[in-house]
Amino acid sequence: MPVNYFPAEFEVLRNYDKCIQCRACERQCSNKVHWFDSDFGKMLSHDEKCVDCQRCVSICPTGALKIRPNENAFRKSANYTQPLMTEAYRQAGTGSVLLSSMGTPKDYPVYWDKILLNASQVTNPPIDPLREPMETRVFLGKRPTKMKFDKNGELDLSLEPSLALNVPIMFSAMSYGSISKNAHESLARAAEELGTYYNTGEGGLHKDFYKYGANTIVQVASGRFGVHKDYLNAGAAIEIKMGQGAKPGIGGHLPGEKIKEDVAHTRMIPRGTDAISPAPHHDIYSIEDLRQLIYSVKEATEYKKPVIVKIAAVHNVAAIASGVARSGADIIAIDGFRGGTGAAPTRIRDNVGIPIELALAAVDGRLRHEGIRNEVSIVAAGSIRCSSDAVKAIALGADAVYIATPALLAMGCHLCRSCHTGKCNWGIATQEPELVKRLNPDIAYHRLVNLVTAWNHEIQEIMGGMGINSIEALRGNRLMLRGIGLTEKELQILGILHAGE
Amino acid sequence: MKKVYVNEERCLGCHLCEYYCAFANSGEQEMFKAFKLGKNPAPRIQVEDGKGINFAVQCRHCDDPLCMKNCIAGAISKVDGVVKIDPQKCVGCYTCVLSCPYGCIVPGKDGHSATKCELCTANSGTPQCVQNCINGAIVFEDRGEQA
Repeated sequence: MPVNYFPAEFEVLRNYDKCIQCRACERQCSNKVHWFDSDFGKMLSHDEKCVDCQRCVSICPTGALKIRPNENAFRKSANYTQPLMTEAYRQAGTGSVLLSSMGTPKDYPVYWDKILLNASQVTNPPIDPLREPMETRVFLGKRPTKMKFDKNGELDLSLEPSLALNVPIMFSAMSYGSISKNAHESLARAAEELGTYYNTGEGGLHKDFYKYGANTIVQVASGRFGVHKDYLNAGAAIEIKMGQGAKPGIGGHLPGEKIKEDVAHTRMIPRGTDAISPAPHHDIYSIEDLRQLIYSVKEATEYKKPVIVKIAAVHNVAAIASGVARSGADIIAIDGFRGGTGAAPTRIRDNVGIPIELALAAVDGRLRHEGIRNEVSIVAAGSIRCSSDAVKAIALGADAVYIATPALLAMGCHLCRSCHTGKCNWGIATQEPELVKRLNPDIAYHRLVNLVTAWNHEIQEIMGGMGINSIEALRGNRLMLRGIGLTEKELQILGILHAGE
Repeated sequence: MKKVYVNEERCLGCHLCEYYCAFANSGEQEMFKAFKLGKNPAPRIQVEDGKGINFAVQCRHCDDPLCMKNCIAGAISKVDGVVKIDPQKCVGCYTCVLSCPYGCIVPGKDGHSATKCELCTANSGTPQCVQNCINGAIVFEDRGEQA
């Protein structure tokens, strides 16, 4: 047998003075890292199995555990790094495509961190959101472009279908299958309490969750899993997923092991079969085809629900978004390349697409230039990490943002990026009943509500500081942004001035 | 009255409640000291493991406690709805251990008295199993049961 050695990525450090051998770490590790050795009378660990999910560290009652990167290293090279070497060994052993989860960990520029926000001084004074009204309510959908009158000369007050959000934040698409039922329940309940929306992803809607329909966005993706008339009508809006930021140009693959009874039923596919979403929608090869699908779902829902088209941020995203806006979509969601995923080919995730900041600025600019910005709302997604990112996104032109990774963090995720193994120790990205149980929706939904409420407070504070009292007045208000350490070209694309200008 | 209840759908079988219980009743300030000093304190809550289902069991503080009826030393009493054992009176015959239908009374580590859940009334006042359950499976609430 050939030598196929991968050094353990992490080292489990156990303080034996503190370890009381309660074995909670052993019981709670789905990767079977910890075990009690009765011969030695102590807890030991298989370091090579550790994914650094921090479950054991978090629950150890005496704080006896610590996980750190393994110091055993191949000879250092800035070019051939250790991950690249082990990946080559892995592929040499398996002949397979490398899989990864969650957003890319690579050190790409984060433009959010190179944009600074404005605040009022002296003139146009700041507003205290605790004492004065501060509007964070947002409506997503087409805006009227002209006044219409009926035969009697009365003004036509009817509006296109829209979504009303109490906070400019929605939970982005995560399918039932990629995440657990308890995770979905938590998101649904949180969306309901917050007055916003969560998104089913492409896995259909579990029968138990139809009751949250008023706060649900139902997704139609290339696999068309779980799509039927009642499903389309169950949600408040329908999202057609053309692409995902973490894996533009790639479909999805939920392995058969995760397709248990309930998931199979919800997705309307046989148990244990792989759920493969094709890379393209096989009926969409042009903007006209997209228009047909948009109007098919509008027809099925009697034109009562707005249709979102979600596209990945890719090189010519502005032109694509312009086409999408003209295809009849009410809302365009743009997903940047640092966004998360339950599983994606590593090379795709780490190398394909463009940052949301640039894509958003380009799309908003293009639509305004073409005079069609009013015909669609824009939702920015793909690594909106905190409330200031959300404010910057809105000032760059978004109507609202989608968040998913922060929502997962609120539910317990520690970003170990091992979702694709299906053994999530936090009960999120798994379908194993014993693991799913670990996510208590009563706790998780409350934490989600807390997170978004806290962000909304911060958004209000930031807006107040700018002397702005509504999201409407912040949207596309790029004068509130300044670049720091950005090149002329980057500033030009972002449409902002440099700090000091 | 408020009692401790376990939701078996949420109980993960991690057994941490046992350790927090034993620690709470050990009188030590640090958990590792409670277990490392050779005292090996006994928990008054016990997790029953099963296939796909686990639940923690502790004293139900029955309306008409069999343990109290059967105590030969009159050491068991009900104070404000909480069934308590007076270690000064207990003779360590363990009749209560045998008579509890839920198996919730355990022989104490001192070897001559029985111990049981007293809802942490003798230590912090807040049941530590509830406080430290990592999945919110153990709750301390009033479900309208009599004291």
